[in-house]
Amino acid sequence: MATQLAEPGSPPVNTNAPEAVVVRFAGDSGDGMQLTGGQFTLSTALAGNDLATFPDFPAEIRAPQGTLFGVSAFQINFGSTDITTAGDAPDVLVAMNPAALKTNVGALKPGGLIIADSGEFSKRNLEKAKYTANPLEDDSLAKWRLMAFDISALTLESVKPFGLGNKEALRCKNMWTLGLALWMFDRDRQPLIDWLNGKFAKNPVLAEANIAALNAGHAFGETAEIGGQVKKLHLDPVPAAPGLYRTITGAEAVSLGLVAGAQLAGLPIFFGGYPITPASAILHNLARMKEYGVTTFQAEDEIAAIASAIGASYAGQLGVTSSSGPGIALKGEALGLAVMTELPLVVVNSQRGGPSTGLPTKTEQSDLYQAVYGRNGDTPMPVVSARSPGDAFDVAIEACRLAVQFMTPVMLLTDGYIANAAEPWKVPDTSTFTPFPATFLEEANGPEGKVLPYKRDADGVRPWIKPGTPGLMHRIGGIEKAIDTGDLDYSPATHQAQTDARKAKIDGIAAHIPAQEVDLGTSTGKLAVVGWGSTYGPIHQAVKRARAAGKDVSHIHVRHIWPLPANLGDLLKGYDKVLVPEMNTGQFKTVLRDQYLVDARPLNKVSGQPFTIAEIEAAIEGMLA
Amino acid sequence: MNDMSPITRTVKDWESDQEVRWCPGCGDYAILKAVQRTMVDLGSDPAKTVFVSGIGCSSRFPYYMASYGFHTIHGRAPAFATGIKLANPELDVWLVTGDGDGMSIGGNHTFHFIRRNINSQIMLFNNEIYGLTKGQYSPTSREGTPSPSTPLGSVDHPALPCAFALGAGARFVARGFDVSKELSGVLKAAHAHRGAAFIEIFQNCIVYNKDRFEDFAAPKGAEDRQLWLVNGQPMLFAKGTRGITLDRASLRLKVVDVVDGDWEAAGVIVHDVTNRSIAHMLVELPFGAFPMALGVIYDDPAPTYEDAVLGQDATARAGKAADLGKLLAKGQTWKVAGEDQGPLSGV
Repeated sequence: MATQLAEPGSPPVNTNAPEAVVVRFAGDSGDGMQLTGGQFTLSTALAGNDLATFPDFPAEIRAPQGTLFGVSAFQINFGSTDITTAGDAPDVLVAMNPAALKTNVGALKPGGLIIADSGEFSKRNLEKAKYTANPLEDDSLAKWRLMAFDISALTLESVKPFGLGNKEALRCKNMWTLGLALWMFDRDRQPLIDWLNGKFAKNPVLAEANIAALNAGHAFGETAEIGGQVKKLHLDPVPAAPGLYRTITGAEAVSLGLVAGAQLAGLPIFFGGYPITPASAILHNLARMKEYGVTTFQAEDEIAAIASAIGASYAGQLGVTSSSGPGIALKGEALGLAVMTELPLVVVNSQRGGPSTGLPTKTEQSDLYQAVYGRNGDTPMPVVSARSPGDAFDVAIEACRLAVQFMTPVMLLTDGYIANAAEPWKVPDTSTFTPFPATFLEEANGPEGKVLPYKRDADGVRPWIKPGTPGLMHRIGGIEKAIDTGDLDYSPATHQAQTDARKAKIDGIAAHIPAQEVDLGTSTGKLAVVGWGSTYGPIHQAVKRARAAGKDVSHIHVRHIWPLPANLGDLLKGYDKVLVPEMNTGQFKTVLRDQYLVDARPLNKVSGQPFTIAEIEAAIEGMLA
Repeated sequence: MNDMSPITRTVKDWESDQEVRWCPGCGDYAILKAVQRTMVDLGSDPAKTVFVSGIGCSSRFPYYMASYGFHTIHGRAPAFATGIKLANPELDVWLVTGDGDGMSIGGNHTFHFIRRNINSQIMLFNNEIYGLTKGQYSPTSREGTPSPSTPLGSVDHPALPCAFALGAGARFVARGFDVSKELSGVLKAAHAHRGAAFIEIFQNCIVYNKDRFEDFAAPKGAEDRQLWLVNGQPMLFAKGTRGITLDRASLRLKVVDVVDGDWEAAGVIVHDVTNRSIAHMLVELPFGAFPMALGVIYDDPAPTYEDAVLGQDATARAGKAADLGKLLAKGQTWKVAGEDQGPLSGV
């Protein structure tokens, strides 16, 4: 259901509002901070502001209450201008307990606003957060504006008429806080009320209690009980292209893109998956899309997940599997079989911090080597990457196209940040999509009715043959095979020829992908900042600011990691210097150096947190100094 | 006019043009012939038949069948077969695996494939040795098996494939051996069973584990050492002079003598392929004290996985159109109006 936006041109509440505001909600992992953030995001989108979010939560589902490691945070950057990152430092921090304050206040801008629930600053909770004194009562928070009041007590008061137990009543705290935030940013409460009524349709008392808490938080702001410290702030809607919009996370976009890609190929989709953070959401989403020709299979392990997908591709469907780093490692041998048998397959890797179990809920880009090189033998396959949640939709379609048109597995790289983060997304017009219908061999393609399953076309692509087709019976497998016939053959000349043919096919894809464009700036110059994946936002903003300051710097963002766009080498040679910011220790930088003998310089960060704009700005300064 | 008479195929029609590359005298040759003969007898269509295998000597099998075939990776054939069956349940899928492939590296997949009950035939060639890697002991090797990796003899207890299959929830379990003339009948029974049919086929590896099964498989004295189970028939062997009974005090199976063919008087039990408890006992009978239980040990069909999955898919799809535009615009949306699009409106 679409909601009507405020009339453009209606007078703003404030006259000197900032272009953008960063708010961080932080609380216990059981406080519902992700939910609060998600609903605030929706409200922001409905207000017509551009936005980007960064959910940051612990790996534990319900970490011990009040502990420092159990803090869950949700940051949103929104404004009346183009927003591409979740923001460097928050302007507002909502801290639901001492641990949330302690772990997040350091990031807050000087002069920023702290809203704290003083009701949670008990001796016990202060001890758990390793505070020796109550920070709300000494002057340790002096460089920020502090607004502390007993949100717990106010919430309990507001939901009293509904007769909830103390524990249940306190769970409405997040709605009270959201109500206050909605007041602060001049937001309409109705969409939230509708959402609560829907969510608690089976338990109307809980719906009413939550709505009461939401209204009470809002009224608390409205009635100026907060002593004039906070002013209502209205950020104008950002001018956007006309059309229908929604918010979308990367996991949603990948799921929708896969369904769209399969439709454009004219194929049913088979998804084999195994639960793993942060990739499981794709399995969950697709499991609810059966009417779009989707079959999902939760396999016994990562290997069975990919093997079943390859089996489905062999039988004529579009096989898809998805995982994160450790799971992708387990799939390696089967990926080799998909390369060897030349069957279409899409593999989504929602990267997380590694190695091993690493940082399951934190973001990183350290699986690039694994994607490009991580298999036994000479085993090339295309690799594509998504730059943002919305972009993941287009990239998923591209992955399907490459898989089907070139009979190859394709790796799609996203990461924990893209998977969980949300942004407004203009719903695309499906009539603008270009179909790429899959074709199957129906009749023998060799002399005298012989079937040649590995006879290649001009692009080096073999035919797809569905078992069940009369007269085309043949055998395939992971052993080296003769040219055309596919018969077992591991003679020296054959292995040389087939290895060359597999490589040539994948290299040749470079002629069938768009040329690399310059995202921002000029096609030659002093410095190119080259990125891939979710570093798009901070690189883009940093380059924009540097250019506004008169610096000769351009932004190039690469979608096709393998094979690289045909013109990329020449393009990079047009700059004096190349900087490659990555959330790893320099993997794409190494690929670029190897492929083009270019003196690409790394900017690396592996803290589990995305780059800030300032970090990239500083690196640009350094390169130009 | 189209010729509507049924196509009669011969064993030749099931032989691929590939040169068979097993060692001369390998038990696999006999199994290959038995399977090809079975396909003829079943009137199967090579175009609708897929042999799926893992890695090992036995897993070369698909190359020699003139049907569709997929030689996959070590131990994972059941997972590939799962995708194949879910994508096209019309295909007649036969899995070929061995004791190393199916019980060791692929034990997990064998377990889940059987548990899910995917309609297909799983032929596990058990030769109690790793042949293709030159003779290491396998999970089914008997204790004390000397091999390159166990020069002083293996020390771990062997796995019993049929007991494993029953433990995984198998609804069909049978046993045969390579040169047995009964093997084709066992395979036909497996094919007739709708669901995952598990067949353990003892197979002679003449290079690394020669004549391992001679104690019961040798033609001489076979009648004393082989208990061929037939549904509805008493469990008799040794030309009807001995039989199997259930000792009701200890709830264990026992060998009894049958005098003058009066098996009822001796208390010999009648084989009921739907009796799961007796099936568990039969697959665990220690050879020596008992004959080797062969034939169809257990056969009691249950709903298949692919029927359940595809049934759920069909229900979820019923009456719904796959409108991509609608899917993309799902959830809470808002409109930004263009200059010439008139006033804003809700959808």
